[in-house]
Amino acid sequence: MKAKVYINYKDGILDPQGATVNHALTSMGYEGFDEIRIGKLIEIKFGNISKQKAEELTDKACRKMLANPNTESYRFDILED
Amino acid sequence: MRFGVIVFPGSNCDHDAYHVVKHVLNCSVNFIWHKETNLDFYDCLIIPGGFSYGDYLRAGAIAKFSPIMKSVVEFANKGGLVFGICNGFQVLVESELLPGALITNNKVKFLSREVTLKVSSNSSPFTKELNIGDLLKMPIAHKQGNFQISDDGLKQLQDNNQIAFTYHQKEGGSPNGSVGDIAGIFNEKKNVLGMMPHPERAAEDMLASQDGLKIFQSLLSVA
Repeated sequence: MKAKVYINYKDGILDPQGATVNHALTSMGYEGFDEIRIGKLIEIKFGNISKQKAEELTDKACRKMLANPNTESYRFDILED
Repeated sequence: MRFGVIVFPGSNCDHDAYHVVKHVLNCSVNFIWHKETNLDFYDCLIIPGGFSYGDYLRAGAIAKFSPIMKSVVEFANKGGLVFGICNGFQVLVESELLPGALITNNKVKFLSREVTLKVSSNSSPFTKELNIGDLLKMPIAHKQGNFQISDDGLKQLQDNNQIAFTYHQKEGGSPNGSVGDIAGIFNEKKNVLGMMPHPERAAEDMLASQDGLKIFQSLLSVA
């Protein structure tokens, strides 16, 4: 059992890294990017636990530590091996 | 007034803070390793600058779960003085002792230079020896000092007089993108201060400025 957790700045929070990368790509001549936002991907491996338990644990980890609720939102997928 | 300087793995301004308290203010001060939990001895805790836990995940996010932080929260809730500088501010925000969040500077650069701060409130133990509008020079050294808070949160800070310092408008305001040019804030009871600039690096006559010392001296006048 694995979890993939995606963390991004909430809408409305400026993402300076994303804006810089967007600017760099545009100046390289690649056109058409409206907005680029850079987040984090966190992969978690679980031992022998149920899918429901893995969901609970992942959600708790996100709320307690992995994401800052003031500025970040998260979502995750639980993948069975 | 008994000071304690909390040391996390990766703290690197702990000795600067210790030095100012011990050798400039001539006060009692101890280093407190982050695994300790008894803070009964202290009147004021300094959470120093640095890169606690390598700034992994988010600055201050891991330090929040150090054994000592539970005691720091209790200490603050009982009215003890807590002073977070730079990474210490980030730790206090992550620990929810202070509102808002500190994200990457809007120019994505580590900023290390002198700034001028404007005192916004002197109704706190940290600023009572200062006057509103006073200008203080001291250095900043951070990459995640961009203070963000919701519109409601900002209004609350303004209404409760919780904004301690702002970056001076004459220098173009915030160097890092902070909302309202905010450089430092108090909690509601004003016994907790977090600020990104480094007053401990501007507290002796051999340095470019001694303005930071005024904050430490304000604390002494409380005791």
